Amino acid sequence: MLNLRLYMLQRITGLLMAPLVLGHLAVMIYAIQGGLSAAEILGRTQGSWLWFLFYGTFTLAVSIHGAIGLRTIAFEWGGLKGAGLEAFMWLSGLGLLALGGRAVWAVTFA
Amino acid sequence: MSIARGITSRAHPLWFAYVLHRLSGLGLALFLPLHFWVLALAMTDPARLDGFLHLTEAGVMKLAEFGLVFLLAVHMFGGLRLMALEFLPWSPSQKTLAAGAAALSFLIAALFFLKAI
Amino acid sequence: MSPKTLKVTIDRGRCADGAQTVFDVPAYENQTVLDVVSWVQQNADPTLSYRFACRVGMCGSCAMMVNGVPRWTCRTHISKVLAGNEVTIGPLRNLPVIKDLAVDMDPFFDKWVAAEGVHHGELTRNDPIAAVNETSEGRTTANAGIECINCSVCYAACDTVAGNSDYLGPAALQRAWTLLNDAKDEGRLAILDAVSGSGGCHNCHSMGSCTLYCPNELDPMSAIAGLKRETAKSFFRKGR
Repeated sequence: MLNLRLYMLQRITGLLMAPLVLGHLAVMIYAIQGGLSAAEILGRTQGSWLWFLFYGTFTLAVSIHGAIGLRTIAFEWGGLKGAGLEAFMWLSGLGLLALGGRAVWAVTFA
Repeated sequence: MSIARGITSRAHPLWFAYVLHRLSGLGLALFLPLHFWVLALAMTDPARLDGFLHLTEAGVMKLAEFGLVFLLAVHMFGGLRLMALEFLPWSPSQKTLAAGAAALSFLIAALFFLKAI
Repeated sequence: MSPKTLKVTIDRGRCADGAQTVFDVPAYENQTVLDVVSWVQQNADPTLSYRFACRVGMCGSCAMMVNGVPRWTCRTHISKVLAGNEVTIGPLRNLPVIKDLAVDMDPFFDKWVAAEGVHHGELTRNDPIAAVNETSEGRTTANAGIECINCSVCYAACDTVAGNSDYLGPAALQRAWTLLNDAKDEGRLAILDAVSGSGGCHNCHSMGSCTLYCPNELDPMSAIAGLKRETAKSFFRKGR
């Protein structure tokens, strides 16, 4: 149940995330060598505007992209319709944004 | 049994690519809240975060991580495939691309796995 | 059972209260799925309902699910679909069943119109006939999709239709695409609007079952991708 605007948002956020995912994959492959620790992660990200922007953008994009994707699945496979469907999409998106924003803040400037 | 046959009787490579894209997206969307919550422990309870990060050393967790990285990679390449097929007007090579996307995703996930162990 | 006999299961759904569903049908050298269904109706159970007209793949009336796959039954040789000597035949998917193998095609045709799959003319009978350049890009694109026989095989194959009853479906959207590329059609804005709504082309997940199963080897999936491109362009132009 996608209209043009949701479709475009889905494609634009998807395209935006392609390089971010590649970056995230590279960081993961690099970071897990020798094990993970809180100190190691924070040492990389704390106080860094660059990481804040990278993961801040990523979080915003994934919240929109994920919410629209979940909406489609809830409609096609779950039979959710009308106001319930809209509420589900907004709740998913804002929930992801709140949780993700909090996590980005926690590893950068908190 | 007959339900499974009802679903798979019309199956073909591009259809599998669609199912894989949907299931990987769903899996990632379900994983993200947990991922965010654990990272936010850096702010609220750093000792507990370290506890979680140590869990990732266990063999079972490594397998789960392999799965997650695979989901991420397969969803990204599947999405790029989809946009290429929608926005670039070529078509006969779609099946090859779908297979290529899955293969490349697997390679990246395998690389992660090899580095992790 | 001798090998010269086919075991034919007909899915008669809820209408079939007590009606026979499994038939032994004599096998012939040249036999289509429609021949098998006709044999059952003429020799075993005259109450069996099904629909056909031309028997040569032109009219689009005889499509059914054969072993779970939508097919034009008049042009499908039974040897192509037999599993051993068995075959299961059912009514088309994604459409309401009237009785046995006959489905109500109304939703399919209503969506054809809802997608603006109608002629939008500007000229009158007093205007000279506009020349059509047969080799132009638009004409070539339109020609690729105009041989649709409205059989609804693509509509039955599509899982997006199955999950989304508002979705206009591959056939209707492909017709919208051919009209959009037709030099004699003036309905560009109406078409782009019609395919951008909540049941429009943006619901398509490019699973490609329409293109794979189209008996005329048309490519609705690529036609829908064309609509996505055109509407995306209009999105950036008008910012709607």
